[in-house]
Parts: sequence; structure tokens; C-alpha cells
Amino acid sequence: MAFTAAVITFPGSNCDRDMAVAIEQITGGTVHRVWHGDAELPSGLDFIALPGGFSYGDYLRSGAMAARSPVMQAVVAAANRGVTVLGVCNGFQVLTEAGLLPGALMRNAGIRFVCRDVPLVVENNQSLFTARYTAGQNITIPVAHHDGNYFADAETLDRLEGEGRIAFRYAEPVNGSQRDIAGVLNDAGNVLGMMPHPERMIEPAQGGSDGRALFESVLAGLGVAA
Amino acid sequence: MKIRVHVSLKNGVLDPQGRAIHHALEGLGFQGVNDVRAGRLIEMDVADTTTDAALDEMCRKLLANQVIENFRIEKVA
Repeated sequence: MAFTAAVITFPGSNCDRDMAVAIEQITGGTVHRVWHGDAELPSGLDFIALPGGFSYGDYLRSGAMAARSPVMQAVVAAANRGVTVLGVCNGFQVLTEAGLLPGALMRNAGIRFVCRDVPLVVENNQSLFTARYTAGQNITIPVAHHDGNYFADAETLDRLEGEGRIAFRYAEPVNGSQRDIAGVLNDAGNVLGMMPHPERMIEPAQGGSDGRALFESVLAGLGVAA
Repeated sequence: MKIRVHVSLKNGVLDPQGRAIHHALEGLGFQGVNDVRAGRLIEMDVADTTTDAALDEMCRKLLANQVIENFRIEKVA
């Protein structure tokens, strides 16, 4: 069966098309575009992506309103069944607000919106999302966010570190994140949230292709024919 | 019934907005400002029959993110 994915669009999402194109090009699979008001997801999904953007104008807190939208109940149920879920940027904020990932993303420590390529270190290459990278590999992926400052209490951070759930770390200070955390996994390893945008680095014309291996890892890890 | 929900950052959570406001106040020449923390005030008009438990649940489920924020419910009238 061909790789089947869904990209969720909330009002204010703006990276949904880029995400869908990246998944299509790299996996050769089918990508369903799903609206936030849909209470049900397409059947037979291998992969769900929550894209970047400014869902609901970042009202209340970034990702807070989107996390309570009808489609997210279906996404949470799918994640709990083991479906692979990736949240990028606003998608990461939505995953923390929905309780699928620990911690919270706060206003950048320097107050300013940060929009640039950043160096990352692949901390864990044993995950479904990172198996095609090497441990400790230095990669470059762009960020574009105002609220990317990852916060969790020390006990939670220690647990994440101990369980290998920090997938990516910034190689230099970017936004004030605790322990320079750029991407975290859930305990089952089927949900990843990250502030950098791998879908914006999938071919040399975009300035690099370091994001490609993330999608290739998922495709290979799920063992679904492209 | 008028309700005010005061949402504030927990102690120990860095508040970049509060710090920027603090700097701006100093820039305006105000002396003796020791610290600034920025929070959020949410005003609601709810049915008189709304229970305390329901108000508490509203805060826990949506109005505050308890990873980083505390909340306080105030009944105004």
C-alpha cells in the first residue's frame, strides 16, 4: 500500500502547502489536505503533519486554539493508536498545547522574531524521524518563529535527556530554549515536535537539503512502499 | 455573573515580555522599578448558575497553560 499522509490546515497555517509538497516529493505517497473543522481523518493514514503558521492568529497562546479544534481530537486519538505525527513550528506549539508532548513554547528570550538558517545537532538518530542521520551530525535548517523558547521544569528536562527524547538541539543560542532544545519526541517515539522547518530544506535550490533525511527516515521506518 | 481570570507566569519562568517592559520603563526615566512580570486578564460574563468547578475547568482546559502559568479566578459581581 502506498504511503498515505495528511497535512492539517488551521486558519492561519501558512506552511501547509510546503509540507504537503515535501512529503509528496520525498515519499511519492498520497497527501490528503485536511481542514481543522473536520472531525474525522482520512482512513489508513501512515503519517500526520501539523504545519507551521500562526493558527488562529496566535490568540490566547500560540497553538492553544488549534489544539482544541475538532480535528485535533482525531489527531490525538491517532497518535495514541501509534500513527506517526510530526509538528513543525506552530505544529510543535499545537502538540504541546494538546498534551501530546511535554513542555511549552514561550516568547523568544530576545523578544524578537527569529528568521534564519540555524545549525542543529542530531542528538538521537535512533528515532523513527532521525534514523537516516548520524548521531551528532551537524545540519542546517531554517527557523522562523516568535515563540520558540522551549520550557519545561528541570525534572521533565532530565527525563527527556535520560530517555533520549531530545531529537535535535540548537548548536548555538537561538531563542532561549532550555538546554538548547529544538525538537522533542513523545515517550512512545511516534510523535516529534520541532521548531526548525525541515520541509524548507529538501533540495539544493532551497539552500540545502538537510531536511530530506527526516522524511526519508519516516518512510523507511514505517516500511511502507513509496 | 462577571468573572475575571488572572493568568500569570509561574515563579522561575523567565518572562521576556516583562523584562522588555522593565527596560522600557527605565528608558522613560522611571526609577526604582525592581521587577516586571506581564500576565493576562480575561473577563467573562457567565450564567449565575455556573459552578466554581466549571470555572476551574475552563481555566485548566484552555485559559491557562499550567506548564508555565498560574491562574486566579475573581468573581466581580
